[in-house]
Amino acid sequence: MSKMNVKMTVNGKEIESLSEPRTLLIHFLREDHKLKGPHIGCDTGHCGACTVDLDGKSVKSCMTFVGQANGANVTTIEGIANPDGTLHVLQEAFKEHHGLQCGFCTPGMITRAYRLLQENPSPTEKEIRYGISGNLCRCTGYQNIVKAISMAAQTLNTQEAAE
Amino acid sequence: MNEQTPISREERIKNLKGIGSARKRVEDARFTQGAGNYVDDINLPGMLFGDFVRSSHSHARIISIDKEAALAVPGVIAILTAEDLKPLNLHYMPTLAGDVQAVLADEKVLFQNQEIAFVIAEDRYIAADAVELVEVEYEELPPITDAFKAMDDDAPVLREDIQDKMEGAHGPRKHKNHIFLWEQGDKEGSEKALADADVVVEELITYQRVHPCPLETCGCVASMDKINGKLTLYGTFQAPHAVRTVASLITNIAEHNIRVVSPDIGGGFGNKVGVYPGYICATVASIVTGVPVKWVEDRIENLTSTAFARDYHMTGKIAATKEGKITGLWCHVLADHGAFDACADPTKFPAGFFNIVTGSYDIPVAYVGVDGVYTNKAPGGVAYRCSFRVTEAAYLIERMIEILAQKLNMDPVELRLKNFIKKEQFPYQSALGWEYDSGDYHTAMEKGMAAVDYPALRAEQAEKRAAFDRGETRTLMGIGTAFFTEIVGAGPVKNCDILGLGMFDSCEIRIHPTGSAIARLGTISQGQGHATTFAQIVATEIGIPAEDITLEEGDTDTAPYGLGTYGSRSTPVAGAATAMAGRKIRAKAQMIAAYLLEVHEGDLEWDVDRFQIKGNPEAHKTMKEIAFASYNQAIPGLEPGLEAVSYYDPPNMTYPYGAYFCVLDIDVDTGVVDVRRFYALDDCGTRINPMIIEGQVHGGLTEALAIAMGQEITYDEMGNVKGGSLMDFYLPTAVETPVWETDETVVPSPHHPIGAKGVGESPNVGGVPAFSNAVNDAFAHKGLTHTQMPHDHWRVWKTAEKLGLSG
Amino acid sequence: MIPGSFDYHRPQSVSEAVGLLKDKGDEAFIVAGGHSLIPMMKLRMSTPEHLIDIQDIAEIKNISIFGSDVTIGAFVTQAEIISSEALHGICPVLREASLQIADPQIRNVGTIGGNVANGDPGNDMPAIMQALDATFVLAGEEGTREVKARDFYEAAYFTARAETEMLTLIKFTAPAAGHGSCYMKQKRKIGDYATAAAVVILTMNGTTVQNVEIALTNVADTPLYAEEANRLLIGTSLDDASIKAAVEAAKAITDPADDGRGPKDFRTHIAGVMVERAIRQAATTAS
Repeated sequence: MSKMNVKMTVNGKEIESLSEPRTLLIHFLREDHKLKGPHIGCDTGHCGACTVDLDGKSVKSCMTFVGQANGANVTTIEGIANPDGTLHVLQEAFKEHHGLQCGFCTPGMITRAYRLLQENPSPTEKEIRYGISGNLCRCTGYQNIVKAISMAAQTLNTQEAAE
Repeated sequence: MNEQTPISREERIKNLKGIGSARKRVEDARFTQGAGNYVDDINLPGMLFGDFVRSSHSHARIISIDKEAALAVPGVIAILTAEDLKPLNLHYMPTLAGDVQAVLADEKVLFQNQEIAFVIAEDRYIAADAVELVEVEYEELPPITDAFKAMDDDAPVLREDIQDKMEGAHGPRKHKNHIFLWEQGDKEGSEKALADADVVVEELITYQRVHPCPLETCGCVASMDKINGKLTLYGTFQAPHAVRTVASLITNIAEHNIRVVSPDIGGGFGNKVGVYPGYICATVASIVTGVPVKWVEDRIENLTSTAFARDYHMTGKIAATKEGKITGLWCHVLADHGAFDACADPTKFPAGFFNIVTGSYDIPVAYVGVDGVYTNKAPGGVAYRCSFRVTEAAYLIERMIEILAQKLNMDPVELRLKNFIKKEQFPYQSALGWEYDSGDYHTAMEKGMAAVDYPALRAEQAEKRAAFDRGETRTLMGIGTAFFTEIVGAGPVKNCDILGLGMFDSCEIRIHPTGSAIARLGTISQGQGHATTFAQIVATEIGIPAEDITLEEGDTDTAPYGLGTYGSRSTPVAGAATAMAGRKIRAKAQMIAAYLLEVHEGDLEWDVDRFQIKGNPEAHKTMKEIAFASYNQAIPGLEPGLEAVSYYDPPNMTYPYGAYFCVLDIDVDTGVVDVRRFYALDDCGTRINPMIIEGQVHGGLTEALAIAMGQEITYDEMGNVKGGSLMDFYLPTAVETPVWETDETVVPSPHHPIGAKGVGESPNVGGVPAFSNAVNDAFAHKGLTHTQMPHDHWRVWKTAEKLGLSG
Repeated sequence: MIPGSFDYHRPQSVSEAVGLLKDKGDEAFIVAGGHSLIPMMKLRMSTPEHLIDIQDIAEIKNISIFGSDVTIGAFVTQAEIISSEALHGICPVLREASLQIADPQIRNVGTIGGNVANGDPGNDMPAIMQALDATFVLAGEEGTREVKARDFYEAAYFTARAETEMLTLIKFTAPAAGHGSCYMKQKRKIGDYATAAAVVILTMNGTTVQNVEIALTNVADTPLYAEEANRLLIGTSLDDASIKAAVEAAKAITDPADDGRGPKDFRTHIAGVMVERAIRQAATTAS
């Protein structure tokens, strides 16, 4: 089985590796490129801790082979903060509203919420709950996560209106 | 000095962000940016990766293990089996419960997915390939999967390694598959109460086998430095110091040459208390290879081999007068411990604190007997968000109360109010030997009833039931109440130890010259936010803002010895140690302040962040000033510096409690349960950080929802494990999880330095019976007394069908 | 969990993909979204030596609608089905059902082709395709052939597709304007496979059932087209007795497995409840 040359733009940076085709995107990011924000929680595509943004869509990176993501534009939690280094509104909102405890689901959760708010900038509580149904959290009972996303949406909408 | 613009006392208190402040968490900056440091994030130079070959059978003799093809895979370094560990005497390891557990299966496997061989390879891909190539030949043996059959005369002997050892760690064993019988209370007296009672109810109540399933699985990195002889073990350890001591005892490496580090932990819930074969194998592998070795389990391995919880078959009997006064309680538990007794309980408590089963009630006489048995299932029996079997006990008593109420034709809340321990009875001596520290149960219950408008709920339910009987609806409404009393904060060294290690905990505080500080504790956060809340305790105790206090845990080279974080013990024990260490600092600070202000110590009083002269608050020294002086001035009779350590041996447990109400609707045709409302009132004594308490309650309730409504690890008759991945093991998403309402009363613990009791596990303890009572309540008027958890669709539907309600 | 090794291929056309399937024989698997295949590979229950990723094949990525004739490319994702207003306008049951498949991340990559072609009885789309009387276009070395969804499923993971063929298009005629439809799915939690599910597509003529198409998900080792139930309803006024007869006819063809969702008898019962509720719900949307 031969290795393949894999190229991706990750968090705005072009990266390249010679990888076994069976390498999972999560391992490519975590092991080969030291992006340890996305985590492995379930191995079967149920928990969403490995969620990254791939060509503008939320996907589960432990259910994706590097080959499938070859040529793609990937954003991980490490690439969510604003270009000036300040935290994204969602990151601030999770801190402000106690939207995390052990932190293990948090990178996937925020990365998913980041895309959710672009798909639906003013989600209802129910839409947020459905929108994050691919991300499991064992600590928070989701209530403060939902609140954080909802508050972040309001802040983003206010910011946008001001611009 | 004192040249700053004076700020008000209230401002000074606020600036501390001490006890009572909803301080934002200091941990969150790294977690929200993906900069946490979990065990799988650790990569050391030259690190190898280990992976297990596991048993496909639940009970079988191992005829042969062929490693040849696997060893031929490029990148495979070695493959360990029990034969390799025997010369090191490491093929078995001691469990926390006084048993031994096979590290790698020794001639026989006793549960499906048991560890048989450990493949060490250059990376995890190669290791996984090699695992596939190890050929194990088995001779199948008949398995025991039903705990009730474990002690049959003709039952196969599971533990041949101890079959001649009929004296177990907790007394005589009455069968080769028996582990212990643990009895508490007054058996004869309880039986007499039952015989004399107006009313007796009896029920077999099973708390099914579940799993804590934190989002991060267990893992470790072992790194043996052959040059300096030092072993560093990074891992998902809820009790890093205990791991160090155990590692030293079993490897014979001197304890000072072992450093155990718990990095960020992605949830524990009891899963990460025990010692697992992976830790031993990775350590041996690192010693053998001389390079670091990582082992991280996958989710299936996690659910099927490390740390199940519950699996208690509980028979309860309650005696009562016809007016509803409880006169006695009797219970027996058949405890399914799986293949090895790997429960993580204090040594003298093989069934944990199950003898809290008298709950919140003044019961004059009670008896508990627990028989532990071996079966062909995974070992564990951990306290899943629970203080050592409290969860099982609370479930039993809270179900039994409802069953008794039904028999008496009395409202279950009224029955509870009638039997509660009264406020004036605290400290209360329970019939099973505990001294409840404080409480005001009636006030809590009445506050909860008012908040949910309990009478209105019952009226609504009566209307809905009538409508159901008229054929106008196919939905039944259930109202579930639970009033639980926890026992947490293990515990007093006089009766609580794990492997001989007293269950005290510790805190060391060092004040820096410029008035900031570092505090180190023997505990380890797994999401509870210790770095935030313990700094708040320090802040209040020594008057330094929480923002100026670094909090460290989890590195045994730097942290003081402690027994770790589980059983809601961090706040009651380490939190107390923190306050006590703070008070030691304050005592020395008072001497320094007296010297600086040239008065007698007794002339000073403490005020928020300073010592001031009584009656002359303008003359004062802030803690910041005192800190600098402690490094800067030669004070007669005092050593320089300002630091203290406290090892706190709690005088008693703490007894948090709460009143929970659940309202749900059941579709009798589908068994689908819709949780409409859930109200949780918790009394955890003094509240250190209300934001974090609320978060703990939300999380615990969600775990309770999962357990009550769907979680279950089962085995088929051949011992094949079912429900071992997140495909089936029920973890609710945000969609299934209802909105939680939280509330509180505050009755501080009288013996805890700051009056705090601990809260992390309460919602799991109280939540499960509240959900289960609600489901049972929905059918109670149709004659149902008890239906087993989990209340998943098919069981609920089956209940309806048996009662003739399903269409 | 780590999959075995394979060689990766990313053909640019259907003919190239089919050529690869022919060359590599039964050692080659097609991967689209991969959320059925990759877990099986990670469990080493599936160990293909060649993986053929069809994401670059433009000709299978479109939804085209001409009048009531609908063609959906095999590589159209669930998310794309959900967001297609045109498709929703003429066949709303597809969005309704797609929203009940897995979760947002998986719907972003999970394709309709994968859902209908891999033969997993838990998948939701096959029963809907049977109710719609859809046709599957299979491309092979000899060219293409068409198989009716109602003839496609043979057993769990066994279908009429030969190993050297790939599903390229799904074609169906949208139900008559004014039809009512419903996909009623009972599940343990959002995103789970169905305990039992039923699709009903209903066309009324005044108060009389002109046509009805009922099919069932996950209550046998294939999707089930409930022909007898349909027959019993057509021409009726959807009175309780007729609905009950149809429900019983639908239940009679089920043969579910015992699994974590419940034992066989429960799942058959739920299939009946889903059929009844789907009929009644579809009736409320039919005009």
